Amino acid sequence: MASETHNAADAAASAPGMPQLDFSTFGNQIFWLMVTLVVIYFVLSRIALPRIAAVLAERQGTITNDLAAAEDLKVKATEAEEAYNKALADARAEAQTIIAQAKAEIQADLDDATAKADAEIAAKLVESEKKIAEIREGAMQSVKDVAKDTAKEIVAAMGGKADARTVTAAVNARMKG
Amino acid sequence: MATEAHSDEGGLVFHPMDQFIVKPLFGDGPVGMFTITNVTLWMALSVIAIIALMVMGTSGRSTIPGRVQSIGELAYGFIYKMVEDVAGKDAVGFFPYIMTLFMFIVFANFLGLLPAAFTTTSHIAVTAVLALLVFVTVTVVGFVKHGMGFLGLFWVSSAPLPLRPVLALIEVISYFVRPVSHSIRLMGNMMAGHAVMKVFAAFAPMILLSTGLGLLVTPLSVIAIAAIYGLEILVAFIQAYVFTILTCVYLKDALHPAH
Amino acid sequence: MEGDIVQMGAYIGAGLACMGMGGSAIGVGNVAGNFLSGALRNPSAAAGQTATLFIGIAFAEALGIFSFLVALLLMFAV
Repeated sequence: MASETHNAADAAASAPGMPQLDFSTFGNQIFWLMVTLVVIYFVLSRIALPRIAAVLAERQGTITNDLAAAEDLKVKATEAEEAYNKALADARAEAQTIIAQAKAEIQADLDDATAKADAEIAAKLVESEKKIAEIREGAMQSVKDVAKDTAKEIVAAMGGKADARTVTAAVNARMKG
Repeated sequence: MATEAHSDEGGLVFHPMDQFIVKPLFGDGPVGMFTITNVTLWMALSVIAIIALMVMGTSGRSTIPGRVQSIGELAYGFIYKMVEDVAGKDAVGFFPYIMTLFMFIVFANFLGLLPAAFTTTSHIAVTAVLALLVFVTVTVVGFVKHGMGFLGLFWVSSAPLPLRPVLALIEVISYFVRPVSHSIRLMGNMMAGHAVMKVFAAFAPMILLSTGLGLLVTPLSVIAIAAIYGLEILVAFIQAYVFTILTCVYLKDALHPAH
Repeated sequence: MEGDIVQMGAYIGAGLACMGMGGSAIGVGNVAGNFLSGALRNPSAAAGQTATLFIGIAFAEALGIFSFLVALLLMFAV
């Protein structure tokens, strides 16, 4: 340790002051600095900077292209979605028409059947009424006949002579009442 | 001298300036103009590092950059944007020149931070040449672009008339002080940090001399070296950045001298 | 003896020159602090002004470096 100290002290004694102000080394430093700067300048301006500029420009181009492609794809996707939506809407509309048509047909059939049934029912009603009227007529006649006969018999049994016309008139008057 | 007293009493070695000595790499002769010195070595190393980063790193020309290429592109974009923003769009012609300055300074600063390295930018000869290059370039560009109109830079037309000669004097002085402050700022920052680190490093072997005091001083100085080293990494970049951006500012003055 | 007095003067001067660094420390702190308070008021404008910040710091710091340089010159070169 001690000897090292001495050696260092000796070295320092041989080069006193600030090495920065040792003018004898200035020429050397300036010469090598100029060499260095010229080399760096040529390396940078001839090789490195144009290359990096080209790489950056290329990357910019690639990014722009990719963005354009993405934009294209996006437009295409939008178009496809629109087409899909349109197809869906068409299909839906068609389905609606078909449903409406079917409904109308069914309605028509139903109306037809209802009308026919109504007509049949009406016809049957008329017939039945006619029959009922006939039966009623028949029954009236029978009642009249029976009443006339009975009245004649009763008059005869009472000892009177029954006038057919009077009896009939009397029965008719009663029947009306 | 405090340092001498220390080395006499305790054997601590304080030679914070020894790291800046320019000496020949081969032999012990005097330092001539073309002698290969440690300056040559470390400048060559910075050139190699720049070539490795900017040429070899980008040799793939890949659209999706790798790590090294990303750093190269980052440096390119950083300086390009700085030139464009600060000096104006018409200054991009000076971009390779400014890029050269920035790359050299930043690599010299960072390589100088390696242990046992020699910091080329800590020498006034180097930074003065860099600053004078900028100064001469800016002045020449100003006169070529604007002729005598460049002198309008010193004539503050927005100030009241009686004040203008005074202001012109101040402006002229500040214009000529520019290369001085430009160079001394870089050199002083680099030298100061390295010298401070060396001073702390000299305190570190205290434990070998006296155990009681050493237990206190040695850990403190080691921690201080680490802290200063971190600061120096920051300073190494910021000084390169400041040198470059001031170059851009001066260039803007030359291209657009109107106040 | 006279040389010793000259050396003593140089070292005292170096110590005094180091006070200049305190001034530049105040200056740098002012620049950074004012930038920060402005940036917190209007964070969107802060990003564009970092270059100005560094230029201001560099100018303030250069003066401290000058005083450091004077100290070094007194220590090693005078």
